[in-house]
Amino acid sequence: MRDYFSIFLALVGSFLFLYILLPITLILSFQILDLGSIIKALKDERVLNSLINSVTTATATMLLSLIFGVPLGYLLARKNFFGKNFVQSVVDLPIVIPHSVVGIMLLFTYSEAILDNYLGIISAMLFVSASFTVNSAREGFIAVEEKVEFVARTLGATKSKVFFTITLPLAMHSILTGAIMTWARAISEVGAILIVAYYPKTAQVLVMDYFNNYGLSTARPIAVLLILMSFTLFLILRRVASVKS
Amino acid sequence: MLRVENLSKNWKEFRLKEVSFKVGSGEYFIILGPSGAGKTLLLETIAGIFKPDLGRIFLEGRDITNEPPERRGIAYIPQNYGLFMHMTAYENIAFGLKLRKFQREKIREEVEKIAGILEISDLLGRNVKKLSGGEQQRVAIARALAVKPKILLLDEPFSNLDPNLKGRLMREMKNWRKELEFTAIHVTHSFEESIVLGDRVGILINGEMKQVGEIREVFSKPENEDVAKFLGHENILEGVADGRSLNINGIRIELPQKACGKIRIVIPPESILISKNPLVTSARNNFRAIIHGIEELGAIIKLKLSIGENLLSAYLTKASFVDMNLSEGEEVFISFKATSIHIFE
Repeated sequence: MRDYFSIFLALVGSFLFLYILLPITLILSFQILDLGSIIKALKDERVLNSLINSVTTATATMLLSLIFGVPLGYLLARKNFFGKNFVQSVVDLPIVIPHSVVGIMLLFTYSEAILDNYLGIISAMLFVSASFTVNSAREGFIAVEEKVEFVARTLGATKSKVFFTITLPLAMHSILTGAIMTWARAISEVGAILIVAYYPKTAQVLVMDYFNNYGLSTARPIAVLLILMSFTLFLILRRVASVKS
Repeated sequence: MLRVENLSKNWKEFRLKEVSFKVGSGEYFIILGPSGAGKTLLLETIAGIFKPDLGRIFLEGRDITNEPPERRGIAYIPQNYGLFMHMTAYENIAFGLKLRKFQREKIREEVEKIAGILEISDLLGRNVKKLSGGEQQRVAIARALAVKPKILLLDEPFSNLDPNLKGRLMREMKNWRKELEFTAIHVTHSFEESIVLGDRVGILINGEMKQVGEIREVFSKPENEDVAKFLGHENILEGVADGRSLNINGIRIELPQKACGKIRIVIPPESILISKNPLVTSARNNFRAIIHGIEELGAIIKLKLSIGENLLSAYLTKASFVDMNLSEGEEVFISFKATSIHIFE
């Protein structure tokens, strides 16, 4: 007997898969037929600088999310304190705020300090992407059994020693996965950056710039470069994360 | 060696109520009790993971009640062994030694020595995730003993193992003890583990240490009804005593000593003799009983008997059961010595 139900599920389920894959394939294959424009874009100093800007700011955002997000994730995983639910909600809040609104709020709060500078780009990225690191770290720490930490204590490790030799390494995979999500979310951020820091130009803003000024065919090579670079770095980071754990 | 005094602790749904006991140097002390009795909580409070609400803990005469676990010199193996899954077996065992800042060579020597005794030398390079349950347990024991703790705490160490492996590990545990001469507290709900491994036992029921003593002593002479019931003593009878005899629902039982008023006694099932003919014996407690149940427990047969309204259990070997050709509903003669009876206050 044929399993019609599974076939039905496969047919329906493949819609989203194809829907996501189609534009990516299409733009990449069109670009392969037009390698000249990509080489031209690579020679464009503005394009190169914007790509460097995107990568450095996203990476800085990821590092900041680790420095501040891991301790917060640990507290949320292990401690019970007054207002814990409130703290958790605040961490998750940026997911539901439109990114243009994020930009307005940041500008309203920090004004000149973040206007059109690297700090502005990073602050916009951090706001919208930090929750990935915090939540993954929290889940990673929750998965580390407290009994294992107890054993390490009885073997002579202080609380901080246990954290660095047992808890952190065991949660590392989850933490790094979250950090990669933060990086990916940061490099794909546009809305808040447009408002806070139009300059220094990031690649994601430049794509929009070129599209507005010169049209689709000029914007496409940069878009493709951005896609390729994001994919490559994403894959490298994933590989690093899986080797580390 | 270890002295626990009036330890009380409330934690989640568990509580310990004024628990007191001592463990001597080199002793294998069993904490036996039903699940939910607070056994693990007691162990973890001794290890220093929890602070007691009340009471003191002394180790080698020193008050360690407020010492953090890393300065107690007490090793702990939780029920699931608590291995460090991101490390190899070698790194697990070396963990405590590294913290003690031993030389690299010295660490290697110590790890190899203990691994040799526990027969896990071949596993040292393996990731502990890939080891079987029995192997993991050996690594956990090696890791705990490598730091030469003053005392080793084991929480249900054999409960996750299949019966064959369990038997073997219990025998080996006795050898390891001889070889390494450690003091241990072993928490379990298994009578078998208690009898095979323990020197002394404490019975923990509902967070209270109901009785502490030599294994044989506690198993044969429970001091109160809770312990007797937990240990499976079934023949607990209540009656009114006047001097040396006890009146229970119309039958008179001779007591080992004088007693007065309402008391409870237990008659160990193994001390009851059964015969098809009236027994000629020096025992004063002779009764006629009706068999109303026969239960096979391997090589042993358990008979359910009634003397008037009183129900008793007795054990027979299978051989003598077949020999006597007993069947349900039959009348038999039973007899037990007064000295085999325990009286609860």
